[in-house]
Amino acid sequence: MKEWLKKHDTIYFMLTNKRFVGGMIFIVAMVLIAILGPWLARLELNWYLEESGTKNLDPTANIGIPYSPPSSRHWLGTNSFGQDVFMQLVFGLRSSLLIGIIGGGLATLIGLIVGFVSGYSGGMMDELLMMLTNIMLVIPTMAVLIIIAAYLPYRGVLIESIIIGLTGWPWTARAVRSETLSLKSRDFVHLARISAVKPLRIIFGEIAPNMLSYVFMVFILQFGGSILAAVGLDFIGLGPTRGTSLGLMLQQAVLWNAIQLGMWWWIIPPGAIITAIVAALYTVNTGLDEAFNPKLREM
Amino acid sequence: MIRLENLTKIYSTGVVGRRGIVAVDSVSFKIKIGEIVSLVGESGSGKTTIGKLILRLIKPTSGKIYFLDREISSYKPLEYYRNVQGVFQDPFSSFNPIYKVDRIFENVNRYLLNLPRSEFWGKVEESLKSVGLNPRDVLGKYPHQMSGGQLQRTLIARALVIGAKFLVADEIISMLDASTRVDVLNILGDLRDSIGLGILFVTHDLSLGYYISDTTVIMYRGSVVEMGDTEKVFKNPVHPYTKMLLEAVPTFKKKWEPSKEMFKIESGSLIFRGGCKYYSRCPFRRDVCKEFDGNLSEVEENHWAACALFGR
Repeated sequence: MKEWLKKHDTIYFMLTNKRFVGGMIFIVAMVLIAILGPWLARLELNWYLEESGTKNLDPTANIGIPYSPPSSRHWLGTNSFGQDVFMQLVFGLRSSLLIGIIGGGLATLIGLIVGFVSGYSGGMMDELLMMLTNIMLVIPTMAVLIIIAAYLPYRGVLIESIIIGLTGWPWTARAVRSETLSLKSRDFVHLARISAVKPLRIIFGEIAPNMLSYVFMVFILQFGGSILAAVGLDFIGLGPTRGTSLGLMLQQAVLWNAIQLGMWWWIIPPGAIITAIVAALYTVNTGLDEAFNPKLREM
Repeated sequence: MIRLENLTKIYSTGVVGRRGIVAVDSVSFKIKIGEIVSLVGESGSGKTTIGKLILRLIKPTSGKIYFLDREISSYKPLEYYRNVQGVFQDPFSSFNPIYKVDRIFENVNRYLLNLPRSEFWGKVEESLKSVGLNPRDVLGKYPHQMSGGQLQRTLIARALVIGAKFLVADEIISMLDASTRVDVLNILGDLRDSIGLGILFVTHDLSLGYYISDTTVIMYRGSVVEMGDTEKVFKNPVHPYTKMLLEAVPTFKKKWEPSKEMFKIESGSLIFRGGCKYYSRCPFRRDVCKEFDGNLSEVEENHWAACALFGR
């Protein structure tokens, strides 16, 4: 084990980095809550399932007395429709993390491909792809999102994350391109070329492995960015038309004057969780930066 | 062995490549078997570009390069790189940091040689020894565990394993300590004498060029300004740029003193189109220089210079 860690010193520095470990613990906890959430909500709402005789929990079902504060029955109280806030939170977390993974993953993937092709091939291809990227960059993303989202009569979490993924890639593409450009001109690439190594092998055998850590970091940033973009969309009323999400909860809470009515249990938890997730992701990112960049490592 | 004929490389920059930077401007010279030619020039003079052109890492804009009287683009990659190899300036960036040093040899065997494993690694150990390395210090190590001198020698050993006949050595000792420099230079000299290796030794350091090379080519802004037998060029420099370079070499027992008026760069007139490229910096410039075509003229046997004032 010790030998193995010595060889993979990046992993060693990653696991001993407080920022990385701290942020990761929180993210993993959130993922666990999202996965086990329905079961937790079942625990809380057992009485309801028994009384109504239904088997599935629906986060939009009006199951309690409206305006009730947190209690043993409703861990986070109910909102003004009598919906259970904890259950909404659990299902909202699910969709937010899903948007993070799909939207962030898609944005990373497109950004990677565009950046990689443009950086490695150069010339006309590079000019064209960068022109496209720059156009995508200067178009205000939120406006595009609003227009696309408004045209779709039915919007699910999946559609929402795809929209976000399709508009979030330009920064990644630019960053990956410059990274590829700098790696391409390194001498080890030249050395591989004068060893008659085939171009595809150079890309995947020599250049790509050097970018793994970078790609990982980009994905984490995109993950957080997608969650924020989704919250923004939800909040202005262009979120999923069915189901719930953290942004939708916030929107409803504001719409129904949760603050004025003193229903803190309705508005604080979703806001706090969104902030905490994004903050944890950024903490993980700085931790990774320290682990991957020897110059930043704590001695 | 290698012959350059009116070699020109223009790098295109700007939007859709509308602007061009002339890196190498119609350069011709040749390198014989078992000869070390040093290519000297300041940064931006195009010397590294010539090295890359010979290694086919970039394509020339015009002009031709011949290896053994055949144009190099007519060779198949395999055939060409078995004969012509290179060692680059920065030994640390020549190795992929995530792989062990063995990888550069593995690549060589997989793509260039295809020898049986035991025979190949035997050859590797032999050539590592011939450049003064202990194979156990090299194989199985990561690049960051080795010193720059060891890495650079490993790269020379790589070229030897391949059995190259010609080596482009691009500033290979500028990143090394003074103490290891001479060792690496001596290795190059030994290889020339023992196996008749032809070497293009790219450098910005005149004293290193003088130490090792048989022929010296001095470049300024993409053009050859003076070339010939090393002894002749150093003893009897003709071009003002060569003279300036020779003056500028800091030598032992010579202390710094305020620069003389004649070698100061005149600002504002650096870009002069047409005529002698050195015009704006030249202390001896005259009006004839503005119409100078930049062609080399023979100073003596095996010694050429491109100066409008030569012979006047």
